[in-house]
Amino acid sequence: MVEVHLWSGLRARAGGRESIEVEAETVGEMLDALVEACPELEEIIDGGVSVAVDGRVIASTRTEPVKPNSEVYLMQRIKGG
Amino acid sequence: MALDEYKPQTGKAMLEGEGRSFKQVGTSPDRPDGVDKVTGRARFGADVTAPGMLHAAIVRSPHAHARILKIDTSAAEALDGVKAVVTRADFATGLTGEMWNILENVMADKTALYDGHAVAAVAATSALIARDAAKLVKVEYEVLPHVTDVDAAMATGAPVIREGAADASVPPGLHPNVVRYHESGRGDVEAGFAEADLVIEDHFRTEATHQGYIEPHACLAQMGGDGKGELWCCTQGHWNVQKICAALLGTEQSALRVTASEIGGGFGGKTTVFIEPVALALSRKTSRPVKLVMSRSEVFRATGPTASTSMDVKVGMKKDGTITAMQGTFRLQGGAFPGAPADMTAMCAFAPYNVANLKQVGYDVMSNRPKQAAYRAPGSPMAAFATESVIDELCNQLGLDPIEVRLKNASREGTRASYGPKFQRIGLVETLEAAKAHPHYSAPLKPGQGRGVSCGFWFNFGGETSVSLALSEDGSAQLMVGTPDIGGSRASMALMAAEELGIPYENVRVTIADTASLGYNEVSHGSRVTYASGLATIQAARDAVRKLCGRAAAKWGIPEDAVKWENGCAVPSGPNAGDFDPLPIAEITASMGATGGPIVGHFEATPEGAGVSFATHIVDAEVDPETGKTAVVRYTVVQDAGKAIHPTYVEGQFQGGAAQGIGWALNEEYIYGEDGRLQNAVFLDYRIPVASDLPMIDTVIVEVPNPGHPYGVRGVGETSICPPLAAIANAVSAAAGVRLHELPMSPPRILEALERQRGG
Amino acid sequence: MSKIHVTTTVNGDAVEFLCDARETLLDVLRDRLNLTGAKEGCGTGDCGACSVTLDGRLVCSCLVLGAEAEGREIATVEGMANGEELHPLQQKFIEYAALQCGICTPGILVATKALLERNPDPTETEVRYWLAGNLCRCTGYDKIIRAVMDTAADMREAS
Repeated sequence: MVEVHLWSGLRARAGGRESIEVEAETVGEMLDALVEACPELEEIIDGGVSVAVDGRVIASTRTEPVKPNSEVYLMQRIKGG
Repeated sequence: MALDEYKPQTGKAMLEGEGRSFKQVGTSPDRPDGVDKVTGRARFGADVTAPGMLHAAIVRSPHAHARILKIDTSAAEALDGVKAVVTRADFATGLTGEMWNILENVMADKTALYDGHAVAAVAATSALIARDAAKLVKVEYEVLPHVTDVDAAMATGAPVIREGAADASVPPGLHPNVVRYHESGRGDVEAGFAEADLVIEDHFRTEATHQGYIEPHACLAQMGGDGKGELWCCTQGHWNVQKICAALLGTEQSALRVTASEIGGGFGGKTTVFIEPVALALSRKTSRPVKLVMSRSEVFRATGPTASTSMDVKVGMKKDGTITAMQGTFRLQGGAFPGAPADMTAMCAFAPYNVANLKQVGYDVMSNRPKQAAYRAPGSPMAAFATESVIDELCNQLGLDPIEVRLKNASREGTRASYGPKFQRIGLVETLEAAKAHPHYSAPLKPGQGRGVSCGFWFNFGGETSVSLALSEDGSAQLMVGTPDIGGSRASMALMAAEELGIPYENVRVTIADTASLGYNEVSHGSRVTYASGLATIQAARDAVRKLCGRAAAKWGIPEDAVKWENGCAVPSGPNAGDFDPLPIAEITASMGATGGPIVGHFEATPEGAGVSFATHIVDAEVDPETGKTAVVRYTVVQDAGKAIHPTYVEGQFQGGAAQGIGWALNEEYIYGEDGRLQNAVFLDYRIPVASDLPMIDTVIVEVPNPGHPYGVRGVGETSICPPLAAIANAVSAAAGVRLHELPMSPPRILEALERQRGG
Repeated sequence: MSKIHVTTTVNGDAVEFLCDARETLLDVLRDRLNLTGAKEGCGTGDCGACSVTLDGRLVCSCLVLGAEAEGREIATVEGMANGEELHPLQQKFIEYAALQCGICTPGILVATKALLERNPDPTETEVRYWLAGNLCRCTGYDKIIRAVMDTAADMREAS
């Protein structure tokens, strides 16, 4: 299981939880599993999120691996100038 | 600190680039496009023509908010030389999401949403006729109530820009103009403030500024009735232009080939489209090429600006300088569309500090202003202005040194970032130490002068990247990248390719390819070019080297993995070492047609290892109490570049960001009248820094390698604009003896603050 | 509307063109003579990207009418290099990284050449005030000023 930490603005959609545990080996599987576990997150995730895996910010690649002991944080999508 | 001096922390694996001695990377050769750009030969957006070309002009709303009742084009069409008029009816229908937003901004439909919003466009045989014809387009408006201020736009009773624009993030009960909401944090801020010896909370405001690139948007479009088209334009990302234009015109992406011209500055403002779909629509209607060039006032009224902000920041500190809690509310007005970077502002606000109790809230608010566009680290400079001003005030009141306090609380490798995850290797402490050791920090100040310090943070970005590197028969290389060269990136790419191939820098020709020649390339934004296109260049060169080694192995009859690449030659290694003379690149490429065909290295992927970056700035300011005018008398930028590929161009990015920050802090602002119209849409009234306003800008390049890049590169383009707003505000406050909470700190505002302080 | 016939000299070459009475010298250079080195950054004389000299005097070509070029001598960035041999300012601008995007560069080169012809030994302050009418958004001017000062020193030594 991978523990996915949510930013606090999302907690209202996740029944007050700060994190959700899902079964996943990649970023894509993790996002899909999150939506399955908590359908209220779907529109946020579809709207675009970045994912930090062990401190590395992944902007869009769904195939990036996540390991059971990885530290995973959902982040709002990063945009630059 | 230079990369080769860096001692990795205990237990950490050495990074690939660490300890490597580079032959070419880290030198500062002349840029490949230098001669073109000093002789006037370089072709920018407005510098090309086509046979049979028409000129276009856009009709714009003079109202901040108005229903469009009727557009009568008959008089314009009757003018000699006019070939076509387009309105919203000439664009695709059925778009949704951001594509709909962009179309609505490019050409209004039922409502003009801001002063300068496009409502129609004309193509004619000359620019003068097009301009005359635009004046003959009669638009009947019903003027609606408007709002341009961020706090006013959120208040009960404010005119609604568009019902239903808010996304799912917005909690119930807020005004419909609040379209996105961000909340993040951790710990217990109230408990944190209770622990503090001093808590300061203040309100801050910043006005919108424009990216201020000197080249107005320009394009030359050609599109036939068959939907096939060619577009030449100045842009930070031509694949994005292709994608958007295809959607707005209702054609296939591959039917439209987009070529990026040389670009006369962008800074985020050329990451989207404004005029390109209009020129294409006019060309499609007339079956002739159409050139469309914006005037400066159109650039100010209808492109770019940043969000304006209203912010509240509260910080608690112990007597020893430990920060116990930080809380911020950031309200950003981003014009008549969703997209103000309230989330980025909130996430960047406290990133430099290791604090247990944090709460940050962001509101993205719509108003009757142009659609905000990205500007160099969008959102972060404003956040830093508020946060770093409060920290400075705490240091003043507690009698603490501002750099020591920042060092005490600084984020380091392994610190949990304010936005959630733990930091990988970062260089904030190194920038603070370098700033502390810099002679500037201990230099005496003259009477009337004050010194300010600030840190700044930006994420940086990777993004889709595709490059190809073709070897020529003489052993020189042709590198094709898809990221427009805004500030010398051709040189950085050539250095990295030359380093890997072991050939002279001059033997690498770098071309910015058009959209038909490479795979998708993300826009040149997020400080991604030297990081992502650089990483792609290194990998493409290594791909070519593998193929070169393969040819040598075949010639020698030894396994491929028994050949290594050294100094531009294939060399037998392992058990075969010394068996054959080194085979230079030119010998392999001279016969490549007969040994397996052309040799081309490729890279197509989405690099996801952009390292975040930090900077610390020191500035001395002098305030004239009679006039309220501020002079910046000394400025030092210290920033972590990870690894500086071309140090002189890295310095240039540091200096440019600082100068733009000085303008933002002291002079630049969008000024709206009661009527909701922009009052200062020319450079005379919107004053960007000129040469006589600025001192030399000293730079220190810190190099703490980014683990996500083979040489350790971090993006450097954006972070340099994060600290200046606060650093200057802190210097001005020290010099004037009164704190300024609103930008710009223009002479009237400073006089007003001095007056207030004197009890006037 | 009938056009005006103008005969003039640009970078030493005799040229003639027809122009509308409303066209600026900048319009004429760019659109009629295909000399696109001078740039239009503002059209109001604020940015200096269109700087040229008119009978040796530095002007914003967007503030001069095309018709006013009659019988005058115009010099643009295209005339600065002697064939392949760059003017020392052009060489130094590349060497010092005094340009990033390069859009303001032609105007700044024309303006600084005019400065050094008048004042071969300017102070930093004099260079900064002379260039105050030429906007650069990329560099913060630091490397531009250094390039100009160093070129001036070299040219003094060479003369």
